[in-house]
Amino acid sequence: MNPWPFVIAAYGFAIAMTAALLLWAFASMRHAEAAADALKRP
Amino acid sequence: MHALANPARFLRFARPATTWLLLIGLALAAIGMFAGLRLTPPDYLQGETVRILYIHVPSAWLGMAGWLGIAAASVSQLVWRHPLAAVAGRGVAPAGATFAAICLITGSIWGRPTWGTWWEWDGRLTSMLILFFLYLGYIALASAERERGGDGRIAAIFGIVGAVNLPIIHYSVLWWRTLHQGSSIGVTGSSIDNSLLWPLPLTMIGFTCIFGAAALMRIRAELAEAKVEARMRRMSAE
Repeated sequence: MNPWPFVIAAYGFAIAMTAALLLWAFASMRHAEAAADALKRP
Repeated sequence: MHALANPARFLRFARPATTWLLLIGLALAAIGMFAGLRLTPPDYLQGETVRILYIHVPSAWLGMAGWLGIAAASVSQLVWRHPLAAVAGRGVAPAGATFAAICLITGSIWGRPTWGTWWEWDGRLTSMLILFFLYLGYIALASAERERGGDGRIAAIFGIVGAVNLPIIHYSVLWWRTLHQGSSIGVTGSSIDNSLLWPLPLTMIGFTCIFGAAALMRIRAELAEAKVEARMRRMSAE
């Protein structure tokens, strides 16, 4: 059994999930902080 | 920890910490994964599939460490009434759930060519799957409690009770000697040869920093959302 498709699938899944977590966390933070900053403006 | 109880003081620490953790984490994880894929030799028994362990082991550690963080935040909330404890618990949970999922899936992918099966109802695998479901339960419970204006006490109790699963995961390979191998790395040393071991600390530290950055981003988002909600409530009351 060729092991490389398994290795690539595992790394691909881990990288995709980590990237999705970071993008979602970053987008939600930016959105929330922009809304909070908008409150300060007169 | 109480020095960071003030949200403004916490944000002064969290803003630069998020950026630094993210940059250091991405760099170390990328170097560690490259080294694990290209610079280490194949294992004499597992062959090339041993390379999956450079992402599987850090994700297993972070899946468990995430719940330990939730349990610590829960104790802090219930005992010392730390004002940021509930927010910290909710901030850590999505990152913990993500890494628990990565651990389960990468373990399954590793298991197929190594054990000849995608899944086995082994003690370690089953207790890790339970941890993933505990995360989903915690996230659902904490967000439902928050939407109803609760103080997060029920989620905190759930966080402490769920921590019972952590020693079960850790000792499962000793209590039930089934398919999953025992610990290769301990406090006193490792049974893995150094030629294979050296990229593992890089991915461990790298993914831990990424985990920290993701948790800080979620905590900052929660604090900003709470600020907007408080302002909206004041405006509707006026």
